Amino acid sequence: MEIPYTVSTRPDTGLWNAKVGIWLFLASEVMLFGGLFSAYIFLRLDAPPGMWPHGLLNVPVGTMNTAILIMSSVTVVLAWAALKMRRYRAYWWYMLATILCGVIFLTVKLVYEWPQKFDHFGAYIKPEELGKYEQYLGNEHAAAKGLPPRLEITGHLHNRAALNDPNIKDYEVALDPVNADPINPAMDRPHFFYMPPTDKIAKIEKEDVQYATMFLPKHSAYFASYFTITGLHGMHVLGGVLVFIYMWLPVSKKLYQRNPEHLANRVEVAGLFWHFVDLIWIFVFPLFYLL
Amino acid sequence: MNNPPDVSQDPKEYEEYAHNVQKHVRGYLMVGALLLAFTAITVALSYVDFGARKANVAVAMFVATLKAGLVAAIFMHLAAEKRLIYRILIFTGFFVFGLFWLIFLAWYDYPVFH
Amino acid sequence: MDASTSLETHHDPHAHVAEHEHHELGWWRKYVFSTDHKVIGIQYGFTGLIFLFFGFSLMMLMRWQLAYPGQALPVIGKFLPHIFGPGTMPDGKMTPDFYNSLGAMHGTIMVFLGIVPLAFAAFGNFVVPLQIGAPDMAFPKVNMASYWAVFVGSIVMLISFFVPGGAAKSGWTSYVPLAAIADSGPGHLPVFNGQTLWLIGFIFLITSSLLGAINFIATIIQLRAKGLTWMRLPFFVWAQFVTAFLLLLAFPPLEAGIIMQLMDRVADTSFFMPAGLVVNGAALHISGGGSPLLWQHLFWFLAHPEVYVLILPGMGIIAEILANNSRKPLWGYKSLVFSVLTIGFLSFIVWAHHMWLTGMGSAVSAFFQTTTLIISIPSVIILSAFFISLWGGSIRFTVPMLFATAFLPMFGIGGLTGIPLAFNSADLYLHDTYYVIAHFHYIVAPGTIFALFAGIYYWFPKATGRKMNDFWGKVHFWPTLICMNVIFLPMFLQGMAGMHRRWYDGGQGWTVSGDHTIWGLTGFQWNTPISWAAWIMGLAQIPFIINFFWSIKHGEKVNDNPWEATTLEWTAPSPPPHGNFVTTPVAYRGPYEYSLPGREQDFTMQNEPVEPSERTRRKPPAELVRA
Repeated sequence: MEIPYTVSTRPDTGLWNAKVGIWLFLASEVMLFGGLFSAYIFLRLDAPPGMWPHGLLNVPVGTMNTAILIMSSVTVVLAWAALKMRRYRAYWWYMLATILCGVIFLTVKLVYEWPQKFDHFGAYIKPEELGKYEQYLGNEHAAAKGLPPRLEITGHLHNRAALNDPNIKDYEVALDPVNADPINPAMDRPHFFYMPPTDKIAKIEKEDVQYATMFLPKHSAYFASYFTITGLHGMHVLGGVLVFIYMWLPVSKKLYQRNPEHLANRVEVAGLFWHFVDLIWIFVFPLFYLL
Repeated sequence: MNNPPDVSQDPKEYEEYAHNVQKHVRGYLMVGALLLAFTAITVALSYVDFGARKANVAVAMFVATLKAGLVAAIFMHLAAEKRLIYRILIFTGFFVFGLFWLIFLAWYDYPVFH
Repeated sequence: MDASTSLETHHDPHAHVAEHEHHELGWWRKYVFSTDHKVIGIQYGFTGLIFLFFGFSLMMLMRWQLAYPGQALPVIGKFLPHIFGPGTMPDGKMTPDFYNSLGAMHGTIMVFLGIVPLAFAAFGNFVVPLQIGAPDMAFPKVNMASYWAVFVGSIVMLISFFVPGGAAKSGWTSYVPLAAIADSGPGHLPVFNGQTLWLIGFIFLITSSLLGAINFIATIIQLRAKGLTWMRLPFFVWAQFVTAFLLLLAFPPLEAGIIMQLMDRVADTSFFMPAGLVVNGAALHISGGGSPLLWQHLFWFLAHPEVYVLILPGMGIIAEILANNSRKPLWGYKSLVFSVLTIGFLSFIVWAHHMWLTGMGSAVSAFFQTTTLIISIPSVIILSAFFISLWGGSIRFTVPMLFATAFLPMFGIGGLTGIPLAFNSADLYLHDTYYVIAHFHYIVAPGTIFALFAGIYYWFPKATGRKMNDFWGKVHFWPTLICMNVIFLPMFLQGMAGMHRRWYDGGQGWTVSGDHTIWGLTGFQWNTPISWAAWIMGLAQIPFIINFFWSIKHGEKVNDNPWEATTLEWTAPSPPPHGNFVTTPVAYRGPYEYSLPGREQDFTMQNEPVEPSERTRRKPPAELVRA
């Protein structure tokens, strides 16, 4: 028993089954990420002034990752084209390139970007104590320049034990440049190149802190959305990579020899998914890294 | 060009079809280069002060939409896709837009801000 | 015949057939891990029915507490703490938390583990490929995956009863912030607690529905037999088609919301948590900045189309049975099709009528009131078309027809009682009262579930080659119908008198002037006859269960088309073999050609060629000519 139109097209729709299927799936993914992006928008619009951070993510690294994903989109469509032209060797190399790009993207995220965040500390100062930490916040300067207020002191936390030990009364923080020198006009806007924490140490008393954590999902609505959206996106990248690996292994050669058009269709369908994943990232990157 | 005629039976027709695919490869490479260029533009523009932050958001989203359009039209073959796929996407677009826009309206139409 | 051969190698036809001839599959591949839509449909059917009865039992437990609040449940009350945990029913008396768990899980299980798998997946999977003349669904392996996803999700939901703290208890709606802080703290495990397992289980259920929806839509579009144009499809197929689109596009935003609520629970994020929350006297250590309303919007964006997911397959089943048992075509086929498409479309833009009490402004409220009222129109058109279809018919009250005719007024009551709820002003009073419970139960219980019973009796012969027993079918029907009304009719009045949902004490503590009675009983006192009707209705399902299993082996053997129906599934053998049809069917006519004038038989099947003498208004479809 054969299911009709798995490879050849149905006359009245002009499509083969899996193509209909993948576009339907992508429609549901549009709704899924649409829901997440909507949540991001509302959380951001509702955030009080100073409560939505900027410039916390590494832009060069993010740009590089974006480029890698774009390149993988190119290689996967070239892989498909190679199959259509019955050039298996070329297909194999392009597919390998796609897989490697995907793996690099994930590695950069999971080995560098995310852990770097987990290692970074931020303490929101209570509104009534903001004056006490003016030397680190520079709110007079910010107000004079029409910039949003600065409510948080960030940097590298030297005494990690302070997070959980109620006996430790303050946080020792090696300040980020913006808190080490807040009235410097260079600190008014985020920088392109990443600036690591300085050597200047500040002691922040726990009593003065509204809320302090590492840069984890629970830190703020910003990081909650960032980790959730990039996490879900990352899971989609992983899923795509796994499917591509399956289509690259020797088992695919068997299908190619039996029915190359069928393999080409499968690669096209997986490629469509991959392009969609790239598409999502095209929006994620500016929304979280740049704006 | 994406949905092949049932060429698997006729070698000669297939040759012509494969040649057509070859012509599109150049297009893919060009679009890839364009996307990289637009990415660099996006990053550069984000450091330009357009006045309000909202303006920066609008500019970035505009460029992102262009990039997304290229990916969709060329890489995902949407430019030459069948009517049915368009219909599915138009419905989806309508509903995702409705999801966001109606929530947005409801969000801000409150006598007391929640 | 599709050409799936390659350029280089030309298969000789015999080798090709031999390659795809199914080698005899082992028992596990044939009956458990099967990719055959009929097996999968039956799997969904069994799982769905089991959970339907389980969810029903949860309700029967709740009804004890409502009729006899604070009293020990006799006999069963001694065993339940051993099953559900000592904290649930100490000395047989229900705790408030356990009552809330029963309520939340009754709703969740009935809707997502009972009706959706049954109405959409079980009936859809079994019947739709047969009705469109296809050998199977478009993606058989994906089909199998979707069943196992719902299975895993259902198990996860079931497990949640047995973890410390018990099952989710924040309503089937899981409103935050309650749902985000519930089932946590001392006495609860991280992750393995009721609410978190509810969220995780839900993700599997959503995955299952999405995979199923993709399959249905692709199958209906791509695998219709030759000659089976869109306007020749049985209405059941249209209903399933629209239902699949609702699931496809409405579930993902809820999935997004569920992921966010999971993050709120497991990673302490504040997607939905506003600042300044205090729990048990201590301020919550979270970042704040979230919005509880965001959850409501994302939840109801799905949950409103969900209610149409619950009713549309039922309407599809009823359509088939009404036509078949009145021996005349359905009245208003075109109106039915356009109505079901309109309902599908509109159902996405009415959801905020579940949120009238959130204090929304008049502009957005006016929008949603308008769309909500408009959506009642196609529903009325469908019901009216069904009623009119009976007019002048030669009605046979087979068991499926009993359920189908009962569906009509029952769904009518349910639908019409929804109209006051569409008005923000009236709903200010009626929201969260028993009026609402009565309204939606009339639609799903003597509505959809009657349609499902009708469908089971109707298609049982196709699946097994035997009929279910008629006498016991009637014994099942009449008490069920009567009990349904005894249960839900008084609830309208309880609700209008002000009795609220989710009250653990059954409204006993709610003080309305002592002599305020509805037909002689106070609102609270009505709980007693309602509960007894519920328990009797539970008993009335026993003949059905016995009849079902007994008839599989001992039911009256019947031919391939015992109901003398017209649609394509009745051309296949009973039960259909792998691949369904001996010869691929071709459709020449519409789906309800009953009582065609000038014919000997009062039904003409869809695959019967058109005689030259038959007057046809349309040219045959292009695909038939081109061939």
